[in-house]
Parts: sequence; C-alpha cells; structure tokens
Amino acid sequence: MNIAGELGIVYALLGAAVAVLFAGCGSAIGVGIAGQAAAGVVTEDPSKFAKVLIIQLLPGTQGLYGLLVGFITLSKIGILGGGIADLSVSTGLLILAACLPIGIVGLLSGIAQGKTAASAIGIVAKKPDQFGKAMLFPAMVETYAILALLISFLAVNGIQV
Amino acid sequence: MSNTKYTYAVARIRALEVSLFSDAVIEQLLACKTAEQALQLVTEKGWGDPSSDRDMDAVLKREEEKTWEVIRDVAPDMSVFDVLSYPKLYHNLKAAIKEVCTETRNPGIFYDDCQIPGREMLQIVENREFSKLPRGMSRVAEEAFDTLLHTRDGQLCDIMIDKAALDAICEAGRRSGEPIIQDYADTTVAIADIKIAVRSQKTGKSVDFMRSAMAECAGLNIEQLIRAALAGADEIAQYLEGTSYAGGADALRESPSAFERWCDNRMIETLKPQKYETFSVGPLLGYLIARENEIKTVRIILTGKQNGFPDEAIRERIREMYV
Repeated sequence: MNIAGELGIVYALLGAAVAVLFAGCGSAIGVGIAGQAAAGVVTEDPSKFAKVLIIQLLPGTQGLYGLLVGFITLSKIGILGGGIADLSVSTGLLILAACLPIGIVGLLSGIAQGKTAASAIGIVAKKPDQFGKAMLFPAMVETYAILALLISFLAVNGIQV
Repeated sequence: MSNTKYTYAVARIRALEVSLFSDAVIEQLLACKTAEQALQLVTEKGWGDPSSDRDMDAVLKREEEKTWEVIRDVAPDMSVFDVLSYPKLYHNLKAAIKEVCTETRNPGIFYDDCQIPGREMLQIVENREFSKLPRGMSRVAEEAFDTLLHTRDGQLCDIMIDKAALDAICEAGRRSGEPIIQDYADTTVAIADIKIAVRSQKTGKSVDFMRSAMAECAGLNIEQLIRAALAGADEIAQYLEGTSYAGGADALRESPSAFERWCDNRMIETLKPQKYETFSVGPLLGYLIARENEIKTVRIILTGKQNGFPDEAIRERIREMYV
C-alpha cells in the first residue's frame, strides 16, 4: 500500500470519527444540561419523573445520527464487513467533508437543544398539562440536526469508492 | 458552559413557584372573618411545621427559615445573595453597638440567620475586635461606636451604619456581576433614599443630615432629591416623575402606606421577568423576594384581622404577588 492510499483511508476514518465524536459530545452536553433541570424538578415533585425524562432525552438524538453516519462510512470504506477499500486521498477527503455536517451541526444543535429542553422542563414544572407544547420547543431544534444528517447520509452514499 | 450552573437550582425553584400564593389565595385570606381562620388557611396550605405551634409568629418565622434553607440548598454560590443579608448584618452591628454603649441587654433584637449572629456580634463590639468584621464594615463600626460613646446621639450612630449598609448593598450588587442582582441593589438603595427624603421632609431635617444618610445609586440624583425634599412633599413627587420611579410619585400623594406598598410592588415588578429565565441567578432572587413579600402580606392580613382593622385598611396594604 502506498502512502497516498494510506492517507485516503485515514481521512475517511477521520470523517467517521468526526461524525461520532462531535455529534456525541453535543448530545452528551445537551442531555447533561437537561438532566440537571430534570433533577431539580424531580427533587421537588417526583411525580413528574416520566415527563421530564422524555424531554431530557430529546437532545440525545444527535449522538445517534452521528453514530449512523459513522456506521455507513465504516461499511463504505470496508472497515466493517471486511476488505478495506483502497482509497485515494481525494476520496478520503470527500468522505471527511461528507461527515462534517452531522459532526458540527450535531455538536451545536445538541447543546442548543439541551438548553431549550431545560427551559421546557421549567414549563412542565409549573404547568404539567402543557407537556405537549413544552415538547415542541426543543423538538424544533431537531429539524436542523435532521437536515445535517440527511446531507451527510446522501453525501457519504454518493461518493464512489 | 458557565451559564448553565444555575440550571438545577432554577428548575427546583420553578417547581416551588407553584406553591407561591396567587392573588386568588390572598383574596381567600382577606375573606376570612377572623385571624384564626386565616391562620388555619395558611397552615392548611403547608405553612409552618405540623409538629410545632400554630402561633402566627412561629408559623411566619418558620416560613422565612424554609425559604433560606431552599436557597442555601440549591445556590452554587451564596455570595451573590450578600445584598439580601447585609441589612440583617448591619442591623446586628447597630443593635450590638447600642447594647454595649447603653449597657443593656435585649436578646430578642438580633437576627441569627446572617453571617455574624447576634451573640458573636456582641462579643466583637464588646471586645472592640472590629477587624473581625467583613471588609468595609470594620471602619464604620469603630466610627459609629466612638460616636455613640462620645456624643450619646443614637440617631447619628443609626444613620452612619444605615448609610454604610446601603453603600455595602450597592457594592455587593456591582461585585456580584449579575445584572439582576445589581438592579435589585440599585432599586433597594434608591427606594431607601426616597424614604429618607420623604421622612426628612416631614420632620424638617437639614441638607447635611440628608447628605449623610443617603447613598449614591444609579437611578437617582441625590442632590436633586435633597433639593426637592427641602422644597416640599410635592416637589419630591415632581422629581420622582422624571425618574424611573415615577409610580412612586402618585403613591406618595395618596398615603404613606400606599407608598410603602408601591416600594414592594416596584421590587416585584423588577423581578417578574425572572419567571422566564432558565440559566441565571435571577429566578432564585425572584423566589426569595416573592417569598418575603408573601410572608409580609400574610403578616399584614393576620395582624390586621387580629386588631380588628377594617378590610379596606388591610386591602390598601396588600402587596402584588409574584405569580
């Protein structure tokens, strides 16, 4: 295997890592922020546990999207399923670029969604009957994570290896 | 992520805000025929301790303690609440100096839920160990102590300490770095200055007296306020109309109790937007002030009913609720 070929697979693997790492970090921070708020509400009113748990989990999806793109990338380049593909540097960079949307958007939207979820948990604390509306605010942030997932998914799939 | 340090605390406060008294509950209390009925209603709402006395003072004192217990439990940093504890701390200093100078003992006049409780403060003043006091407090303590000892002028001692307390509140507000705490500190000092101006006008105090009693704050010009106080009550109201405390002008014209009520309502108005904050200390401060306001209102209703005041006189003193 020549050096250029090795760099290709390194870039592609870096792409998978970016998708999983950044989106995972975004979710971890987001779920953490929402979890603090959920813990605060449950301290005073344990009967709201189920409702606040659902809202707390909303920022967790970015991590799953990152994982999905990571899986697709790994199977595309042959690390999963056997037979590592012989990738050129340009193909490796293309795969890295394709993974960036879900990585970056996953990180930022995870944090933003966590903050929105914490505020939504405040709604549940004061007006539990407004749970449906409270869910919608953090769910709005999800839209942009889904858009990023879509682009990363299409781009990784579209690259010819 | 530093702005998320209050997330847990704010969520807990949100859950507790549900149990704050609304205007409807206050109306229910007002509708009670006797103080006993009103006290019964508040104890049914969970006030006081089930095991302890059903005495009004015990119930209200317990509620104050509960509020601070919650705040101490949830707040990541208690120093931002210095603005609220300074009045009690300086009150203890004032009481201790007077007790030592007059060689009398009245144990009930101290606050014990602050940085330096009564007994400790008394020891510090007795032994003249003013360096043990917090920064900025030791100098005024020594000066006030010497003044009272030499002149026996209790009022002079009072205004020295009260002004130092107002300056300390203003400084604590600035130091906190939290805009809402700063806003609260400024409003507290401004309202204190307005009260000084009103009382000084009524008792015919001099410019020097007012200057030595009032503290600088963001919302008011002390010199203009003093000039207005010298000219008359209407002039104070007129001056206030040109400031952010314009509502106080109408209240001043109405009655002294209307003005007192306006002062508390103004504070609640300042804090109401904090109900929609999630990541700052604001909701904690809002809850604290709301609870103080609520306890004060219940005390007014209970004592009013105990003393047979007409409903209208009680209603005039009812504060606006936070929720």
